[in-house]
Amino acid sequence: MVTVTNKPIDSYLRVDRMPHIWCAGCGIGLATSCFIRGIERAGLDLDKIALVSGIGCTGRVAGYVKLDSFHTTHGRALPFATGLKLGNPELKVVVFSGDGDLAAIGGNHLIHSARRNIDITVICINNFNYGMTGGQMGPTTPLEARSTTSPYGNFEHPFNLPYLVAASGATYVARWTVLHLRQLERSIAEALAKPGFSFIEVLSPCPTVYGRMNKRARGLDEMHYYQEKSVIRNGADPKDTDISLDGPIVVGKFVDIKRPTLWDYRRQVLDRTLQKKKA
Amino acid sequence: MNGDEACAEGAISAGCCFFAGYPITPATEIAERMSKRLPQVEGIFIQMEDEIASMNAVLGASWAGVKAMTATSGPGFSLMMENLGLGVMLETPCVLVDVQRAGPSTGLPTLVGQGDMMQARWGSHGSYEIIALVPSSPQEIFDLTITAFNLSEKYRVPVLIMSDEAVGHMSEKVVVRQVAPDDLVARKRPRVAPEKYQPYKPDKDLVPPMAIAGEGYHFHVTGLTHDERGYPEMTAEAQDRLVRRLSDKIRLNKRDIIKYEEVSTEDAQVIVCAYGITARIARRAVQQARDEGIRAGLLRPITIWPFPEERVRALAKQVKAFIVPEINYGQIVFEVERCAGSKAKTILVPNMGGAVHLPQTILEAIREAAK
Repeated sequence: MVTVTNKPIDSYLRVDRMPHIWCAGCGIGLATSCFIRGIERAGLDLDKIALVSGIGCTGRVAGYVKLDSFHTTHGRALPFATGLKLGNPELKVVVFSGDGDLAAIGGNHLIHSARRNIDITVICINNFNYGMTGGQMGPTTPLEARSTTSPYGNFEHPFNLPYLVAASGATYVARWTVLHLRQLERSIAEALAKPGFSFIEVLSPCPTVYGRMNKRARGLDEMHYYQEKSVIRNGADPKDTDISLDGPIVVGKFVDIKRPTLWDYRRQVLDRTLQKKKA
Repeated sequence: MNGDEACAEGAISAGCCFFAGYPITPATEIAERMSKRLPQVEGIFIQMEDEIASMNAVLGASWAGVKAMTATSGPGFSLMMENLGLGVMLETPCVLVDVQRAGPSTGLPTLVGQGDMMQARWGSHGSYEIIALVPSSPQEIFDLTITAFNLSEKYRVPVLIMSDEAVGHMSEKVVVRQVAPDDLVARKRPRVAPEKYQPYKPDKDLVPPMAIAGEGYHFHVTGLTHDERGYPEMTAEAQDRLVRRLSDKIRLNKRDIIKYEEVSTEDAQVIVCAYGITARIARRAVQQARDEGIRAGLLRPITIWPFPEERVRALAKQVKAFIVPEINYGQIVFEVERCAGSKAKTILVPNMGGAVHLPQTILEAIREAAK
């Protein structure tokens, strides 16, 4: 049992819901702390932030932050967030969910949200497997990695998420691990301030299931792996950032471009055409 | 205008400000009309990547505080079931229109069906109650779309409009009216300070007041079984409390929700129970039977869910038989049969879809039953 003492970020959390459900050595809590510090750094009005999660270990973030927060269905955080944002464009809408949720069952929503360039920030925890259900392979599981549904090693090519969302139209794309707390916090603040679809992939240990099956059974083992193999390459071409089982991990801010958001384009087009009709 | 267009106009009159949808025959005209009309009234139209996303976007928009709607047909209706359940669980006001075509699967995309009636009731997993209305004409779908928004706001539940291809594509005169603000229902809003607000603490009517995102309530909602604070609670007791309330808020208010129309039922020996497009044909058959001296009547449920079971039970005491024509191989007939019990016979007049019944077919069933 974790003893909760008063922490600087407590005012942002539903402390009455502690202890949380995450395993010892899991990185989702670290990423959540970075998110909260990122909000502080970006100077956002807490009343105007809405956080939407899907299902899975990361999906539980929505239940622990003291914001308007929505724990939706598996894979559907993004379309739900799309409705929220369009229904009230003043909201800063953040989707905080896992790799299986966002890239497998929600993969279609992910690419289309990026294509539309809707003003939403996505924080995607990638622990290379489905943790909540006990460690099955997923769309980001590296080749040859073991999981409960790839017991002989995974033979499906994984998605490289930064490459996928960059190609789909995201205006801000970064990848960090939960070892890179300062960079992650700064990146979250940048993404929150960035108009358009911003996406941050956060590699995070899952010692309980993925780690145990891939010779990194303690949370610290995965952190050591991040420490040894991470290469910071800001501005790297996302297509050169594939992840393999024990290979290097390219981290950094890969994409930071300007492109009219869905809302801006909508306004422009409607102003022009509806005005013309009135005139 | 046609029924689909009338539906869109009804939504606009009801104050709908958000539509998310995906093209599908025979419901596309609703999306097309909304894409044109909503920007004219500062509303939002978005075409999503599929019907799953459409339903979710509608829920999100409702939590942003706007009246939201989607429209689809069978295959899309199936895809929407997952998040129809989320809408029920989060108690999200919204309207979902199903312009039914003949199935299963892709079936007959351009031709009429009424095969989604049980899916409307039971399509999403778990135990819940839903409200579903069935229009018989373009004018009625205009009016019922307004009713649907009002009921959804009042009871915080997704309301289904079970239209069909024939009503959707039929062109008739429709009176598009402005609705007086007093005739539009708005969801109950919190009456306590944010720190005291509990998103699922119901009032006496079992409906909790609803905060919306961005107002400082910092609420949490989840599709998991939850307590009054909205926090997950994984116990049989919490499940019992929640599921009972979600269902009872509809069940205990049936009198307010259920609407039906009756024609010549006072002395009827045989009553045709028909809904939607089929009710229009049944009306003709009943008239013809009356002309032949058969005491026939029509019961037309306008609210199909919750089913008007009390009325069917009462009528069962006076009639020999109920005739249930529907464009499927038997769905609502089971409801009628359940309510009629052993008091009256229940006879299905099925039609697999692709065309409506002929009045003659229903008339023959009436004649047979009256013997």
